[in-house]
Amino acid sequence: MATIKIPTPLRVYTANQAQVTVSGATVGAALTDLTTQYPDLRQHMFEGDELRSFVNVFLGEEDIRYLDGMNTTLNDEASLRIIPSIAGGR
Amino acid sequence: MQPVVTAAGELSNDEVRRYGRHLIMPEFGMEGQRRLKASSVLLIGTGGLGSPLALYLAAAGIGRIGLVDYDVVDDSNLQRQIVHGQSSLGVPKIESAARRMLDINPHLEIDRYEEPITSENALRIIAPYDVIIDGTDNFPTRYLVNDACVKLGKPNVYGSVLRFEGQATVFYAQAGGPCYRCMFPEPPPPGLVPNCAEAGVLGVLPGVIGTIQATEAIKLLTGIGESLMGRMLLYDALDMNFDFVRVRKNPNCPVCGIPAEEVELIDYEQFCGVPAHDHSTFTATGTANMNGHTPNGAHLPVPQISVRELKQRIDAGEDLLILDVRNPEEFEIAVLDGTLRIPKPRIEMDVADIRAGRRQESDTVLAQLPRDREILVHCRSGVRSVDIIHVLRAQGYDPAKLINVDGGIIAWAVEIDPTMPTY
Repeated sequence: MATIKIPTPLRVYTANQAQVTVSGATVGAALTDLTTQYPDLRQHMFEGDELRSFVNVFLGEEDIRYLDGMNTTLNDEASLRIIPSIAGGR
Repeated sequence: MQPVVTAAGELSNDEVRRYGRHLIMPEFGMEGQRRLKASSVLLIGTGGLGSPLALYLAAAGIGRIGLVDYDVVDDSNLQRQIVHGQSSLGVPKIESAARRMLDINPHLEIDRYEEPITSENALRIIAPYDVIIDGTDNFPTRYLVNDACVKLGKPNVYGSVLRFEGQATVFYAQAGGPCYRCMFPEPPPPGLVPNCAEAGVLGVLPGVIGTIQATEAIKLLTGIGESLMGRMLLYDALDMNFDFVRVRKNPNCPVCGIPAEEVELIDYEQFCGVPAHDHSTFTATGTANMNGHTPNGAHLPVPQISVRELKQRIDAGEDLLILDVRNPEEFEIAVLDGTLRIPKPRIEMDVADIRAGRRQESDTVLAQLPRDREILVHCRSGVRSVDIIHVLRAQGYDPAKLINVDGGIIAWAVEIDPTMPTY
């Protein structure tokens, strides 16, 4: 089972879970499992079947845009993370 | 990486004594210190991130530092903005910061820009500096600073904080690195990512991220070590985790993927859908436009009521429906009497369920918000309440019946009830 780290701004939609365990052989399947467990996340992450462009998903330290995108394959220890845009500084 | 500046000028005996602990490090030496003395840094924002930056960069021996801020020191700043103090309350932040920085290091030259940075003045302000440091607090300004830095070929030392999480990296397209838009091509929809005023920030957090930015600035200027360019630090204070991810240059980036001279500064408030600063006249169109289409009635201005008018109407015994959309932690600090309290995320979640067909409106919090009555909406300062008004308009509520309480509960505390705590 892969894990996905959820950033602070999206935790309101995952019942405050900072990390969610998901199943799926690809990034796409894992994110589908995530949004099945937490349906409120879906509209914030996806536009139709496409990831919204402000959503950054990383596998390990690599942006999935530079891997195989949603088709990137995952092993059981895969560690995904969603990196939020945050702007705070004051 | 090649140092951004060349060493110039000699150090006086006073300076040699002052910087002795730099000078005796072989990586730094006299040459590194002379580079710092010849260098200039622009610090955009003298708040949470800007405070440690201002202190350490002043102490380090940077020759000239430009400060950009239009705000004055408020006591709600002092939980984290350590360059300011009780004695500076009400004083312009750049003045307060400059005072403290010159106390640390009288050799320093300070340039003051007491104005918000905008598409009109950004190139003028940024051009005279070697390294730009982004310590701002909103998306429009971050995209603006990025684009202007790419256009002018400047390194942009980036840091950002929220609650217990921080990010830092170096964007430097001129040196072959990525820019902010390579990592974040588009801003999140208005309302999804709260700012520190809404969501809070651990006071120490900008201290950690700001000192990392200061470190990276010094490395860029002197050419020592491995730059954070191409990597992003992700700091989680609760888990005490420092993780790194790779930030790649996007060859198709709309900004750093074209010749620098062709980069044009745009209307960043329009681009992000939120105002860039407190003095902005931009009207937020709210969360409802997150799907890219104009929400119902978004073109209509949101009717406002001042706290004084609100007080008069309450005193006149009117039966008012006042909706407070702040979070439960904020209700514990201060509330207006008799308000209906439903946090903004709750309303947004319920509306999402209605739109997705998962629930009927009658099973959601909207059942408590009649469509045939005037609803006065308030939050802390009047931003989230406008967002919620747009969400409700998009659900078909009459735009004329949704009134924003201008300035929120903060305005109430200032103008009506000085005994009320503010935050």
